[in-house]
Amino acid sequence: MTDSSNTASNDSMPTPVEVDQARAELAKRRAASLKKRNAAEKRFQWAGRLSIAFGIACVLFLFTDIFSKGISAFTQTYIDVEITFDAEQLGLTPQSTEKEIKAASFGSFFKKSLRAQYPEITERKAKRQLYALFTSDMPLILRNMVVADPSLIGTTQTISMIADDDFDTYYKHSYGKNLGPDEKISRLNEMQENLVHQLVRSGAVKKKFNSILFTNSDSREPELAGIKGAIMGSILTLFVTLILSFPIAVATAIYLEEFAPTNKITDFIEVNINNLAAVPSVIFGLLGLAVFINFFGMPRSVPLIGGFVLTLMTLPTIIISSRAAIKAVPPSIREAALGMGASKVQTVVHHVLPLAMPGMLTGTIIGMAQALGETAPLLMIGMVAFIVDAPSGITDPATVLPVQIFLWSDSPERAFVEKTSAAIMVLLTFLICMNSLAVWLRKRLERRW
Amino acid sequence: MNLSTLLLITFVASAGAYFIGYTRSQQIAKPIGGVRHLATLPSYYASMMSIWALVPALIAVVLWSVLDGSIISSLVKGALPTEAKQMSQENLGLLMSQVENVAIGIGSIETLGIEYQPAVERLKSLTLVSKQSMPVLVIVILIIGMLLGFRAISPHYNARYAVEKIFNVTLFVCSSIAIFTTFGIVFSVLLESLAFFQKVPFFDFVLGTHWSPQIAIRADQAGASGSFGVIPLIVGTLLISFIALLIAVPVGLMSAVYLSEYASRRVRGIVKPALEILAGVPTVVYGFFAALTVAPAIRRYGDALRDWGAERDIEFLANLAVSSESALAAGLVMGVMIIPFVSSLSDDVINAVPQSLRDGSYGLGATQSETIKKVVFPAALPGIVGGVLLAASRAIGETMIVVMAAGLAANLTVNPLEAVTTVTVQIVTLLVGDQEFDSAKTLAAFALGLFLFVITLALNVVALKVVKKYREQYD
Repeated sequence: MTDSSNTASNDSMPTPVEVDQARAELAKRRAASLKKRNAAEKRFQWAGRLSIAFGIACVLFLFTDIFSKGISAFTQTYIDVEITFDAEQLGLTPQSTEKEIKAASFGSFFKKSLRAQYPEITERKAKRQLYALFTSDMPLILRNMVVADPSLIGTTQTISMIADDDFDTYYKHSYGKNLGPDEKISRLNEMQENLVHQLVRSGAVKKKFNSILFTNSDSREPELAGIKGAIMGSILTLFVTLILSFPIAVATAIYLEEFAPTNKITDFIEVNINNLAAVPSVIFGLLGLAVFINFFGMPRSVPLIGGFVLTLMTLPTIIISSRAAIKAVPPSIREAALGMGASKVQTVVHHVLPLAMPGMLTGTIIGMAQALGETAPLLMIGMVAFIVDAPSGITDPATVLPVQIFLWSDSPERAFVEKTSAAIMVLLTFLICMNSLAVWLRKRLERRW
Repeated sequence: MNLSTLLLITFVASAGAYFIGYTRSQQIAKPIGGVRHLATLPSYYASMMSIWALVPALIAVVLWSVLDGSIISSLVKGALPTEAKQMSQENLGLLMSQVENVAIGIGSIETLGIEYQPAVERLKSLTLVSKQSMPVLVIVILIIGMLLGFRAISPHYNARYAVEKIFNVTLFVCSSIAIFTTFGIVFSVLLESLAFFQKVPFFDFVLGTHWSPQIAIRADQAGASGSFGVIPLIVGTLLISFIALLIAVPVGLMSAVYLSEYASRRVRGIVKPALEILAGVPTVVYGFFAALTVAPAIRRYGDALRDWGAERDIEFLANLAVSSESALAAGLVMGVMIIPFVSSLSDDVINAVPQSLRDGSYGLGATQSETIKKVVFPAALPGIVGGVLLAASRAIGETMIVVMAAGLAANLTVNPLEAVTTVTVQIVTLLVGDQEFDSAKTLAAFALGLFLFVITLALNVVALKVVKKYREQYD
């Protein structure tokens, strides 16, 4: 050591007091920094908790919002009205043939019966407002009742009539509640509201389970609109999707995992599958429109084409999960089978495939759930038409549940809001069932090696 | 006989062929001392015969169904009067559909013109011939196939080789569907886009700042030409996607971090599936939610804020105008939708960071959050960036939320409170309903589709590259 450095260190050599001071200072700084660091740690954890809380809150808010909007659609308001099927007025007898009954004027009969109940209503406009409390299809419903049972003619019956959507909405949401003028949801005028009060007081108004929602198809009248047609369309479309996509996806997965030679073609197939998995669904709609409808001249709006498009869309999902399932089968199984003299195809079909099947099925159910909720590509191929009849085959014009939701959400009538929410609840129920089935299947059947 | 009955017959016959093949192979095995003297198992002979029955017949059905329409119409065109043959392509198509209508009984021959009578008659007779001869042909092919399969059953013929060969070929054909799909997408959007760019110059499309695809019926109407400038759509798409990512990336990332680094196994087991519910909700439901709940709420708050600002003379608040179809509403809801997407991708990459890196950091005295911020994040960054790119591609391609909650007005703005429109909204709007395939309006949708396809594909390729490159570092 040199002299100078010695002196320097001697000069700066701290006294014991200084050392203690420095130590205390250091400890203080350390404590302060530790406090800061711990606070940062806390903040970071809270940021994580808040993010999760935000996500969960979104789930809860979404579901309660839909639920609170849609639950009222599962009941429908009915009005009990006593109707005399006056033979003379209808011009019918209990022996009348179906043709005669169908020719009878039930429209004026219905109006006359209502007027008879309310003799005090004489003004033309007021009468019309009275009729408007009932669904506009009521004469048709009465006619069908008589067609089904001609012995009704000449008798007096108490009939539960379907209330118009304005009546229904008012009765469900505003009736008997002390609401301010902004909160009240009603398209009824004062006279009609008084009529409703009168009817309710007389005990004629009843809320029943809304079976119309499940037995009718689409309609312009909210109180007569149902989701039967859309559900049938969804089932048919999914059926086509399933019988096409499952075998094709399984075959592709087997080829790529078990048979494909490592060459450029195989690489190209893999790249394509991975890219298709991320192509926006609306592009598949363009493909369907340009290729199936424009080029091959196939019909529009049918479940068959919808199924084709959804097949192409869900294939990558199912292929990727099927490949994962095949990969999970240990090589020892294959080696054992090959060692016993099985051919490559026998090994795969007899041993690998059965073991990988639960995983493949899980992937397929998830793919089907995805297809069930898909809307955009089906809009492109014309499955958005207003279709009153439920489809009975895969070449009948149809719509599907998500598209029905889209169509209804566009309708101006307020009563369609609750119908839309109810349709969403049905759709979500289906999806939850499918996904739970997939989870159950995975837990139950998948083997860990 | 309709198509489904014919298909049913074909399948039943092929099942029958399996049975016949099985019995036949056992029959020929008996005199030579049992099944073990055959070249292969009876089930392979049976499968071979069943394939012989099924495949040629199916090919015939498919070819006939696909081709008969175009063959018939080209034959019918021959019967048209000479002046009709010189018509333009579009008018000819229109005329043909009128002829078809008359042939199936809609509309009368008088309104169409009596000179088209031969064409109608020809169409009628050809359709009838096609309808009657197809089942006959298919059933003949079916029987020939079965006979050929039956004859091939012999003790020395190894049917297994044939069956396995066909099995392999089928697998290959199935897997090449992915290639065909990609080609189908590329060609359909590309061809229609090329047709579009012949009507509208490419640079007008790419650089134009005005989008109003309505084409007037009369040439002298105001705004007759329709303009196809894509810039407002791109800006709208990016604005909504940006808002969505602004929500989804921090929330998704932080929840992934919390779940993989802090949460106990039990909490993770409950919270993770709960968050994933968001991924399973159909987009049309989000659209409904955005249009009927979120957008009105935003508008209400905006109006309240404006009144509040007006009372206190705060100028920038007093001028606040919230559209009822604001970009903010669509963006927020879309952000919620992609939270689980971001969080599951981030979860993967965070879990892929080796524990040794964390342990090293703890050993130096770092707290857990410091370790995450300074060690885990930098190590996982490429993966996270890849995930964000994938989320962006998801947001750009998302359709239903924006169709229902964002507007149609092509405003060139970055104000999230105004209504904007997106590429996907315009594709849907232009193509829903009936359309002719030669108007610029319809073709514009395909040009937008091409644009969307290229953008999302590019984002995905880049994202996958980034993720892959990162993964190789630790494997």
